[in-house]
Order: sequence, then structure tokens, then C-alpha cells
Amino acid sequence: MPPGISTLAADTPTLSSANTGFMLICSALVMIMTPGLAFFYGGMVRVKSTLNMLMMSFISLGIVTILWVLYGFSATFGTDKGGFIGWTSDYVGLSGLGITQLWDGYTIPVYVFAVFQLMFAIITPALISGALADRVKFSAWALFVALWVTVVYFPVAHWVWGAGGWLFELGVIDFAGGTAVHINAGAAALGVILVIGKRVGFKRDPMRPHSLPLVMLGAGLLWFGWFGFNAGSWLGNDDGVGAVMFINTQVATAAAMLAWLAYEKIRHGAFTTLGAASGAVAGLVAITPSGGAVSPLGAIAVGAIAGVLCAMAVGLKFKLGYDDSLDVVGVHLVGGVAGSLLVGLFATGGVQSDVKGLFYGGGLDQLGKQAVGVFAVLAYSLVASAVLAFLLDKTIGMRVDEDVEVSGIDQDEHAETAYDFSGAGGGAGSRKAVPAPSDTVAAAAPIKKVDA
Amino acid sequence: MKLITAVVKPHRLDEIKEALQAFGVQGLTVTEASGYGRQRGHTEVYRGAEYTVDLVPKIRIEVLVEDGDAEQLIDVVVKAARTGKIGDGKVWSVPVDTAVRVRTGERGPDAL
Repeated sequence: MPPGISTLAADTPTLSSANTGFMLICSALVMIMTPGLAFFYGGMVRVKSTLNMLMMSFISLGIVTILWVLYGFSATFGTDKGGFIGWTSDYVGLSGLGITQLWDGYTIPVYVFAVFQLMFAIITPALISGALADRVKFSAWALFVALWVTVVYFPVAHWVWGAGGWLFELGVIDFAGGTAVHINAGAAALGVILVIGKRVGFKRDPMRPHSLPLVMLGAGLLWFGWFGFNAGSWLGNDDGVGAVMFINTQVATAAAMLAWLAYEKIRHGAFTTLGAASGAVAGLVAITPSGGAVSPLGAIAVGAIAGVLCAMAVGLKFKLGYDDSLDVVGVHLVGGVAGSLLVGLFATGGVQSDVKGLFYGGGLDQLGKQAVGVFAVLAYSLVASAVLAFLLDKTIGMRVDEDVEVSGIDQDEHAETAYDFSGAGGGAGSRKAVPAPSDTVAAAAPIKKVDA
Repeated sequence: MKLITAVVKPHRLDEIKEALQAFGVQGLTVTEASGYGRQRGHTEVYRGAEYTVDLVPKIRIEVLVEDGDAEQLIDVVVKAARTGKIGDGKVWSVPVDTAVRVRTGERGPDAL
């Protein structure tokens, strides 16, 4: 999303109620992606760690929202400081903004832009959690989220999208977050798991998904919300670019799902549900950076390539022996890299920008820029996230005890279990009955005056 | 008396029940079971990772019969249960010392 392009005084933007309404809806759509992600991940873990997986995403809605208002928006989209970080004191606490103040160069209020971007900041750390299933202390995770958005997400989003950010100035195209969101989260996931290690029983115990219907529900919500994520990233739809994004999002996702399924059928003999859900997400990831630069036919190519690449990549963890539990690296990092680099090949020019890719006569120039963006974000996020995980591990400890991991993280960390298998009338143990509120009892009890 | 036990594929239950009724069996007990034979269950694939699921769903059918009927009844069950594919199951019989109808107290063959 291009920030503050300079405009002539003659066409100073005025508030557009259509764009403002569109962007508020898009923001709400992006919000639903985080609970959607929670279900996508939650269904993929075993019964005993379902709630922990849901909570690791959900908590991001709490922590990141508050930090965003306090300083995140300022650090990401404030006035540039050396290409690395932003800062504008009026943005701190969102305190210096008027309700009619427009985002620079656009027709929507700053508040709308801030809330739309907030949803991106929320889902990005939540994406990381899929790699850490079953084994991370919830308190350590919460602290990690707070530190990670501060040290990694806010700066990286500034590099890519902030006016003056060094990757933005270089001309790297990241329409809606392939670099800032997906490569960033995927590399962070890799960094953290290299520090914290594998689950107990990795490659030995069966760790089958406990509920593929939940996975499908989550993938469906992600797909739905992604229309806001992508189509909203032009910050309005006066010129139809948002609509191009919308169709490209749909097309690439469909292609990636079919490609993943075809790969699976050939390789493993079945069209799996998890493959359909994963392929869809891989397509969504890949089209995110490139959807503003390619044609619908290009989007089919991007989706199909990403679908096959990600399907191949998810097996790497077993070969290389790192436990990326729910394939954050295989889907988000690989999909993000694929989508970002494919901009350099498939960009047609004339949609989001005039940049043409290799296949459209643009030479290798853009591909080189994309590679710089990919590598810079990947390297920074990988190293910084590993360092953060290392520091947390050495201080408060990142992992739960082994017996907690084996018996179930839900019960220990959250004092709950996802499902009650005790059945009707039995097995609930010696739990104390919760007394009904006394006034309800009094109202329900028959009142009969007894004569003495 | 003999106890005939059959562990078979769940979807053959109706055919077996009908065959037993046609044979004149008055009562039977059906239990959901799981297990494996020589074929060792099945394989499931999740994102390319293959998981072997050893225990597959089965139905366990138990019938008490008089000694003279046992061999013939086993044949009836086997015929009704057979699909010809792997995992069709097993049928066996064991001798039974005594049987009592709870309601009346009748013993032995009268209780069947």
C-alpha cells in the first residue's frame, strides 16, 4: 500500500464517504482473519492443545491493538527516521488526530487508515504461532508478541510501506503484505523454532489434526477476510485497482488450491481436505504481494506455482528435522517469497504501477529489487526473532515442562479443555457444583406460607 | 452349547442379521469394536505426512447356539459377512458351560 504519494494542490483529496465506508468494511474483514487463522491452526493440532492454539492467535487482538494505539502506528507510519523507523508524536496514542483529518494523499480519515493497518499488525504475529504448537508457555508467547511487533513488525512494515522506508524507496512492490506480513512471519517462525526446538515425540508420535472441519472453517474465513486484506490495500476504489485485487485474490487462491490437490493426488494418491485448505492459503499468501501488479491470467500462474511449491515445501521439516508444527515456513515463508519474486516476472504494468516484469518486457530490474526486499526482511526477521526467543528462553523460559506438553498444554496453561468427552451423566469427576444465584433460586422455588 | 463370535466389517451387519434371523436365531449381541488383522489398518495422509492407523472399526457379533447348529451357523455368518476384500474379519466358536435366562431361571438349551 503506497503511502503519501505527493499530490498537486489543485487536486487535494477530500473525504470520500464511499472509500471510507469501503475501508471500514475492509478493516472488519481483515479482523475476521485472525479468529479464522485461530480455527485454521486450532483444527490442525491434537485435542489436548486446541485451546492454546486458538488463544495464541486471539491474544494478538488484545496485545497488538493496545500497542498499536500507544506507539505502533507512529513507529510504522510516522515521519521517517533514516529509512528504518517512523515517528510522529501526533500519532502516539492516536492523540493528535482530528476526526476529519485525512491520510496524506488519500480520501479516507487517518483513523480509518490506522484501524485498517492495525488489523495487519494483529494477524502477523498470530501467523507465527502455528510453528510453535503444543509447547510454548502462554505468558512467554504474550511477551514475545509484544516484543516482536515492537522490534520486528513495526520497523519492517515501515521499511516496506512507510513513506521514506528504505525498501519502499528502493521500489520494492509489496501490495498487501507478502514481505511485511508473510515472509516476516514465516522467517520469524523459523527463527523461533530453531531456538526452542521440537515437540516431544516429533517424527515419532502421530500428531494428526484433530478436526479438519475446523481447519476448513478457518481457511474459509481467511479466504473471505483476505478480500479486505487485498482489495482494501489500495485504500479506496475510485480507480478500480481494488477490484482487480479482488478478482486476482479469488483467481490465485482457486488456482493454488487446485494445484496443491493435483500435486497431492499424484504424489500421495488422494485429494485431501487439509490439502485444499492449505493450497487456498498458499494462494492467498502468494497473491498478496503480487495481486496489484499482475493480470488475472498472471494470478492463475502465481497461484498454481505457489500451490505446488508450498505443497513440496511442507515436507521439508521432516527431511531437515526442524519442527515447524503447522507449516508456517512451508506455507507463509515459501508462499510469500514466491509471490514477491513472481512480481518481477509477471508484473504487467499499468495496474498498481507502471513497473513491468521480465515476461512483459521489463527486464530483470524489478526481480532484483524484489529479491532485495525478500532477503532483507527474511534475514532481519529470522535473526531478530531468534534473538528475542533466545532472550525469553534464558529469562522466563519459552517452553512448558515436558510432562505438561505430553499431558496437554490446554489444561496446564489455560485451566480448560476444548471438549468434554465425559458424556451424559458421568465422568465429570469431583468438580464442585456451582451454586445457582440465590435470587434465581428464590424466584423459582414455590412459595408457600406454612402456618405455625 | 456354543458361543459363536464374529468380528466383521460394520457394513455387513444388516446382511448378517438377516441371515441369522432366516436361520432361526432368536437373539444376538452386537458390540462396536476396533482392531486389525494381517492387513494392519490403513494409511492417512496430512500434508504429505503419512500416518498408519492400526485399529480400524469392526463389529463384534455374539450368538449362543446349541452344539448341533454351531457349524452350520458359522457357515451362515461367514457367507453373509464375506466381501472378498481384505479385512473381512473372523468367526470362531467356543464351548459354553451354562446359560441362564434371567427372567425365568431356565437353564441350558432351554435358555437360548
